[in-house]
Amino acid sequence: MKNRIILAAAAAVAASGMAISVVSAEPADDELVIDGEMTMVTRTAAPKDHPLDEVMSGWLFRTPETRALEADSFQNPGMLYVERGEEIWNTVEGEAGKSCASCHGDASETMAGVGTAYPKWDADAKRPINLELQINKCRENNLKAEAYKFDAAEQKALTTYIKHQSLGKPVQMDLSQGDLQSWWKKGEELYYTRTGQLNLSCASCHEENNGKYIRADHLSQGNVNGFPTYRLKQANMVSLHNRFRGCIRDTRAEYPAAFSDELMALEVYVTWRGTGLSVETPAVRQ
Amino acid sequence: MIAARISLAAAALFAGITTAAAMDTAPNDVMVVDGVVAKSLTGAPGDVAEGRKAFANRKLGNCLACHANSDMSEQLFHGEVGPSLDGVASRWSEEELRAIVVNSKAVFGEQTVMPGFYSLEVGQNVREDLVGKTILTAEQVESIVAYLGTLK
Ligand code: HEC
Ligand code: HEC
Repeated sequence: MKNRIILAAAAAVAASGMAISVVSAEPADDELVIDGEMTMVTRTAAPKDHPLDEVMSGWLFRTPETRALEADSFQNPGMLYVERGEEIWNTVEGEAGKSCASCHGDASETMAGVGTAYPKWDADAKRPINLELQINKCRENNLKAEAYKFDAAEQKALTTYIKHQSLGKPVQMDLSQGDLQSWWKKGEELYYTRTGQLNLSCASCHEENNGKYIRADHLSQGNVNGFPTYRLKQANMVSLHNRFRGCIRDTRAEYPAAFSDELMALEVYVTWRGTGLSVETPAVRQ
Repeated sequence: MIAARISLAAAALFAGITTAAAMDTAPNDVMVVDGVVAKSLTGAPGDVAEGRKAFANRKLGNCLACHANSDMSEQLFHGEVGPSLDGVASRWSEEELRAIVVNSKAVFGEQTVMPGFYSLEVGQNVREDLVGKTILTAEQVESIVAYLGTLK
């Protein structure tokens, strides 16, 4: 375990050192194969009515060192959080005296593919929910435990663990559920809305300028198939709504609360934009 | 005593405004006409050395985020979202460069991703402490324009 952390730290230093000698801004012509066994879809034809022809994983826009970290599950620092998530999965908590495993058994069977399909329509709440909110729902209703606060360490670890059970499977949400279409529409609108003093939208960076450098950062298409992702810069897992808020903050705007209608609509829409890419959780990014 | 202190403070504040900004054209009064802003926003020429610093500074112009500039080879990271600014002063006049920095959208059109650095036409939900404020002061704009003028 200690070994793994040191390896990751060394790679982080190497990765930031490499950015100096950047020569080409094109996405990498490279294939992501996890542990030499599982080939991931990092490029695929865009779904109908998508503004781009091809959707690409953020992995293709990272340095060779960062890419290598994700390809080796022993070196991937995010795997520590998968292990932690497994512990939580099996831990009894709350007044009902249950763990996630009490109801769902072996996650490698019952949760395989589950992470490809969120956000889903929640008929009770009459709004879309993501994996974090589904976990909270189970905690409150079935474990009789408190909901996790946004970005609690346990929330990130458990979300990472459950998502990881879909590693390699294509992102594929079902937009015909409930009212998801109108949330998709609202998310699309937000994606093109300019915010902040810098007056930029998601599209300004991730649609019009992906593949280009913005100072030291190589802009990707901003796809979400790797979340929660391990960020070398923060030496921690980063949740999707945290990332959204960071990008909005960078436009010098006030940012919406996690799980607010705005960010849920954005999650629905941006998840759709990455349809067909493999779930990479835990992806490694700088 | 209290009254005296307040008026002292008010005097100090006023003094600050007159020296720093009272001569500046306010953002909403700057007119971009035919792609130019003819006169200096401060009434004085900018400082090239200060402009060079503000150009690179991530908290000020951060122009390097989007533009490469060979004159700054000491800086490691140059962006590529906008064109390289090598030789920019041979492509644009001082008055045009001022207009581009003040409000690029009035020159390139609404769709450009380049921010307006002395404009209050901004995006939604501007961070509370920045509402009504421009990215750069008039003086910083003039310094950057003076610096751009050296990129022949
Ligand atoms: C000023 C530029 C800018 C804007 C505007 C912006 N982003 Fe980003 N975003 C970045 C940078 C830089 C990164 C890190 C490099 C990368 O993965 O693209 C990033 C990363 C991301 C990622 C992580 C991608 C991955 O593979 O890990 C997502 C998701 C994302 N952005 C979504 C959004 C959304 C949604 C919006 C609008 C609400 C947005 N961004 C607005 C610059 C921006
Ligand atoms: C977020 C990106 C971004 C930032 C930050 C930015 N620019 Fe630009 N700039 C652009 C783009 C894109 C263009 C091309 C115009 C267009 O077609 O939209 C441009 C064009 C220009 C041009 C015209 C260049 C030519 O050769 O025609 C000048 C001059 C310029 N920018 C100066 C600056 C200065 C000075 C700063 C900082 C104070 C700055 N820019 C910050 C994106 C940016």
